Amino acid sequence: MILTTIEAVPEKKIIAHFGIVTGSTVRSKHFGRDLFAGLKNIIGGELKGYTELMEETRDEATERMVAQATKLGANAIIGIRYATSDVAPGAAEVFAYGTAVKVE
Amino acid sequence: MEALFQLGIFVILLVVGFFFGSNREKKHYKSILERQKQYSRIATRSEKIRDLSLYSDATLVTGSVVIASDYFKNFIASIKNLFGGRLNSYESLMDRGRRESILRMKESASRWGADEILEVRLESSALDAIGIEVFAYGTAVKKHKTSDVLA
Repeated sequence: MILTTIEAVPEKKIIAHFGIVTGSTVRSKHFGRDLFAGLKNIIGGELKGYTELMEETRDEATERMVAQATKLGANAIIGIRYATSDVAPGAAEVFAYGTAVKVE
Repeated sequence: MEALFQLGIFVILLVVGFFFGSNREKKHYKSILERQKQYSRIATRSEKIRDLSLYSDATLVTGSVVIASDYFKNFIASIKNLFGGRLNSYESLMDRGRRESILRMKESASRWGADEILEVRLESSALDAIGIEVFAYGTAVKKHKTSDVLA
């Protein structure tokens, strides 16, 4: 599966369009992933546990989008965008969407 | 007595936050500048690219970071918040987050062997009571070798 944020795939001709594909995950923000989060709020700096968690969440949303595209028979997703929104206090949704296509 | 004790803890947190926070910020900026030089050969572009004939291969690259402000800066910001206006301490936090996430995106693009990153998008969200998250993504591309173009 080729993933791009641009409107095409270089050197490849699009032979079929399958429309929009989406993938999303909702995660609680108070996961207590970083035991030192309290300390980091005093001394400042990166919260590695949370960085990893957000990455995993995004990967999951991406995987779900890819799974949907695969089911349709696509081999590439173009014009990918990500969005994050607050669903409820303490819960965030990570959302990925793009256009599923078939390229040569 | 107890009030004095609490005030003492508050002052200690402020001092610890100030020293560790500014030290860590300085170190972070130093590492950002070093890595920006290291990855300066990878151009990042945010506009739409119409002519893709220059490029041969493409893949999605991402970079993200969750970063927190220190106790001292949070305190200063909360005081300033009463009067309104610019909150410099949060400006530098957002700046660090953005530059760091772009660098991480460039690092993963560099591992893949990219020459440029096209249509870069940046997104940020607040994780309540934790910090801010900045996410950068774009399309890493490889350029044709000059010999290919001539042939």
